[in-house]
Amino acid sequence: MKSQIVILILVLIAVISSALGVVYTRHQSRLLAVELGALEVLQDEGLAEWSRLQIEQGWLADASQIEKTARGVLQMQQPEETHILVVRP
Amino acid sequence: MLLIFMLCSVALIARAVNLQVMETDFLQGQGKARFLREVTIASTRGVITDRNGEPLAVSTPVDSVWVHPGQLLEYPEKIKPLADLLNANAEEIERKLTQRAAKEFVWLRRRLNPALADQIRALNIPGVYLQKEYRRFYPAGEVTSHVIGFTNIDDIGQEGLELAYDSWLAGIPGSKRVIKDRKGQTVEEVELIRESDPGNDLHLTIDKRLQYLAYRELKSTVLQHGARSGSVVVLDVDTGEVLAMVNQPSYNPNDPGHDTDGMRNRAVTDVVEPGSVMKPIAIAAVLENGVAVPETPVETSPGYTVISGHTIRDHNNYGLLDVTGVLTKSSNVGVTKLALQLEPEQMWDTYSRFGFGEATGTGFPGESAGVLRNHRRWRRLEQATISYGYGISATPLQVAQAYAAIANGGKLRQPAFIQGSNNPPISAIDPEVANAVAKMLETVTTTKGTGSRARVTNYRIAGKTGTSHKASASGYAAARYVSSFAGFGPASNPRLVCVVVINDPTGDEYYGGLVAAPLFSEVMTGAMRILNIPPDDYPTMLVNTGNSSSAEGQ
Repeated sequence: MKSQIVILILVLIAVISSALGVVYTRHQSRLLAVELGALEVLQDEGLAEWSRLQIEQGWLADASQIEKTARGVLQMQQPEETHILVVRP
Repeated sequence: MLLIFMLCSVALIARAVNLQVMETDFLQGQGKARFLREVTIASTRGVITDRNGEPLAVSTPVDSVWVHPGQLLEYPEKIKPLADLLNANAEEIERKLTQRAAKEFVWLRRRLNPALADQIRALNIPGVYLQKEYRRFYPAGEVTSHVIGFTNIDDIGQEGLELAYDSWLAGIPGSKRVIKDRKGQTVEEVELIRESDPGNDLHLTIDKRLQYLAYRELKSTVLQHGARSGSVVVLDVDTGEVLAMVNQPSYNPNDPGHDTDGMRNRAVTDVVEPGSVMKPIAIAAVLENGVAVPETPVETSPGYTVISGHTIRDHNNYGLLDVTGVLTKSSNVGVTKLALQLEPEQMWDTYSRFGFGEATGTGFPGESAGVLRNHRRWRRLEQATISYGYGISATPLQVAQAYAAIANGGKLRQPAFIQGSNNPPISAIDPEVANAVAKMLETVTTTKGTGSRARVTNYRIAGKTGTSHKASASGYAAARYVSSFAGFGPASNPRLVCVVVINDPTGDEYYGGLVAAPLFSEVMTGAMRILNIPPDDYPTMLVNTGNSSSAEGQ
């Protein structure tokens, strides 16, 4: 009889602690889900930034831009035919 | 007393059974609807890049603003600052919203720039919401617009490769079911309903540098000669890849508008009667069937010949030429006399093996197959005109494909826009015949030939000029021309094919050798430099090595 009560109490403690464990892990998983959500937003923003930078680079590196800068700002010129030497390997 | 107690118990139990068993689905559904949310997982459209990985079409998220008319109209004084930001008329917006007051969703302005979207968000007006959407940008603008095309406001391809590869590029948005808390934060992901599938990237064979070069030169030529339109196609001889394809007039794919005239990719969709650039194909048929060899003499005197009551003329009386000379001088009489020694079927067979009369099969939207009538319906005069490029029509891309086959030892490859395309070489003609024709075409760019202005310093160039009268409703128009040049180089080891077509130049000059050949030369000169193709013709410079000042006298 006495040993039965002891077992009963042990089982009761086990049930309660496992219930508390469930509550705890559930809470942790929700916190992690929130964190995941925030990171996903960050990833989206990163991707958006990357696509904008690609476009910006495309515009800045556009051949017409380069040509304008080379000829206008840097005063570069295409060498005349007579100033080009071809080296035979 | 006991009876009342029992009745109450029975009533409670009955209700409990009813709720737990009978209505459980409905109630649980209602419960879940209060915290379960379905959210979409965004997916972007794939990037289109050139052969070196330079982006040509990129999607980026932008904000679109929409309103709930009922909610916003409760605060009419807030419409004014919103309208000011959007640069719109406040009264007009209010009228628009009043008309749609019963609705819950009205787009106000789509695809705002990010700074403006932030300002609107800061106003924090009830009933005004921002929705993330993707907008496609084309950094190279009008230079690549015909090849790439564009997408509409819902990101669906409308033209060009955006249309042809729409399902490959398009992403499929996914969705998932989540639990959200009071603050709208996702606290748990319950299940994934559909995985989001991002669009695939598309790697083109186009080289952005060549594309720009060809576009710039074409535009200046079209302007200079007051031409109606024009196209340039550059192909890689070994692989059949399209390195550049440009047209005039063009349009800005970032803001396409409705000018459909400028939207056509003429190099693929529009056919022209190629005129004399077809002569090498006729000569190939002549050589292939053993009618003549390059040295066979051909009498073109007195500069015209009469076929079925119709006079075919040359520009001058070239007298006695050989087969090579017929191409060098572009003699209509000479090529007619040679071609009429062939059976129509033999000639038709050669033309169709070079891909005429059949679409190139690139899958480009609106691609035209050109016209090559069946040889059974050819009359003698028609056979004669087809030998010098009338009565047959082709797209500039088809002409480029045929010239690439001549340059490539007779092996024809389907032109490709996408890297890694499967386009195995098909033998169009005997390698010896192809090489003989290529050698003859080199004489066209000598000082004796019609295409001397197509020359590229330090490189040997083979090619052919063409000038054809434009066909109109009342026969051939006297003073309207298509001026063209098709050629390849370096002739010792051909790497690039370039075809130039200038439609309806209105100036004094209209011959292919004067309008199209200089443009060909400009494009090829730049392309050889950009692609680092070694020169194969530089006798003068070897003398000058190490002493550039003495070069002036050469």
